[in-house]
Amino acid sequence: MTKTTAKTLTDTRPIRLKGRSFLALVLSPELPFSNWLERLDDLAARSTGFFLGRPIVLDLEGLDITQADLKDLLGELGERGVRVMGLEGARGSLIGANMPPLMKGGRPAGDIEPEASAAPAAQTGAAAAASDDKADKKPEPRAEAPRAVSSIVIAEPVRSGQSIVFPEGDVTILGSVASGAEVVAGGSIHIYGTLRGRALAGSIGNATARIFCSKLEAELLAIDGLYKMPDDMDPKHRGQPVTVWLEGDTIKAERLA
Amino acid sequence: MAKVIVVTSGKGGVGKTTSTAALGAALAQRGEKTVVVDFDVGLRNLDLVMGAERRVVYDLINVVQGDAKLTQALIRDKRLDTLHLLPASQTRDKDNLTAEGVEKVIDELRQSFDWIICDSPAGIERGATLAMRHADAAVVVTNPEVSSVRDSDRIIGLLDAKTKKAENGERMEKHLLLTRYDPARAERGDMLKVDDVLEILSIPLLGIIPESMDVLRASNLGAPVTINDAGCAPSLAYRDAARRLAGEQVPMTIPGERRGFINKLFGRRAA
Repeated sequence: MTKTTAKTLTDTRPIRLKGRSFLALVLSPELPFSNWLERLDDLAARSTGFFLGRPIVLDLEGLDITQADLKDLLGELGERGVRVMGLEGARGSLIGANMPPLMKGGRPAGDIEPEASAAPAAQTGAAAAASDDKADKKPEPRAEAPRAVSSIVIAEPVRSGQSIVFPEGDVTILGSVASGAEVVAGGSIHIYGTLRGRALAGSIGNATARIFCSKLEAELLAIDGLYKMPDDMDPKHRGQPVTVWLEGDTIKAERLA
Repeated sequence: MAKVIVVTSGKGGVGKTTSTAALGAALAQRGEKTVVVDFDVGLRNLDLVMGAERRVVYDLINVVQGDAKLTQALIRDKRLDTLHLLPASQTRDKDNLTAEGVEKVIDELRQSFDWIICDSPAGIERGATLAMRHADAAVVVTNPEVSSVRDSDRIIGLLDAKTKKAENGERMEKHLLLTRYDPARAERGDMLKVDDVLEILSIPLLGIIPESMDVLRASNLGAPVTINDAGCAPSLAYRDAARRLAGEQVPMTIPGERRGFINKLFGRRAA
């Protein structure tokens, strides 16, 4: 047997890059930290393990601290089993090596109240008996409030260097998308002008998302993390009104009637 | 009411300085008091094109930093009483420009001039963003080739985002000035056609300046082309563009194309 050349790929399946959105718990430390940590300890004592193993984002907005302060704080949190996955609202210079990365673009969600550990202990008698009957059944998943299908309309052309990012749903653009511009949507993308830039639909893992445009001159098309470059596109669709969708692992395109 | 115009492009070498001088002179020839301001600190050129390089004593940076009065830095053109130049500094760099200083200078110029034409440096950094910041309208200078068009598109995006007008929620008035247009090469497909550029940038057309040796000759002689040779094709095109800038209705002529088609195009495209 001889050496195999490392560069030959035997598996040519495309690498998929996907977006996912998670609800992260955000802690906003306050100065002085010693006082804040005391209050945190108190909270942790009342609700056992509330922070254990949960990924936490630290919001440092408006805190006047040094890198050393932040390092100490991260150390203190680490000792309490709080695992910080990211920092928000911090200056770039504040973040040293081996610190969690800076996170941007967070959107507020509802406040989360840690449940007191006393509550489960109070459940006795009837409640306990009832749970025995259905011991093998999982608790009913809480009915999720139906999420409104959201979309935005951009009434102007998207210029080179601009980036429209809308993970919540569909994006409709009345003008053109210039070369060097990009549109990223959680849902479908509708472009009533010429698409010369990049369009990335279904960016949060929506394989049913589509891209529509009145004239296809795109630099890149992507749906659910699978992408296609101009060289891989069928030349007959160039300059045509086109719809683009995903079939399995293949991006398909068809001329719009 | 004074109007501040920024002449910008993103890309370098497309004719911003030449167009600033030519439009400034054309507006001054109409009898309106005009100042051309060089924002290209460190790489000043407008003084050369205006033929005033040996008359620069104080400059924009001196005024911004309070070392000189505005009246000391302004240079009056020897050929046209209504035309003035505020030169840039050659020995400093763009970090010497401050937002407050520029605002003060522009506000002061507004008191005594009808037109303030700001010659933006190339690029999208500090010098360019400060030059466009206080403008009422923008002239986007573009050559009929893809890189210039894409850079212009980027600049238009910035005009809609980073200017005082945009931040106040108002619409920035933008005009396209297509320079170095060669009809024969456009016809052969070596250059983008007027239609293609308008389709990509989708802003109203202010004028089309034909590629001509007259422009280079005038620059080398230190005179705006509109003063140097008032009868040549680029001069006429710049003069028409200046009239449109002043709000006059002037039919558009595309070099080398039939008039009927042109009027149709102008009627459809220009707002």
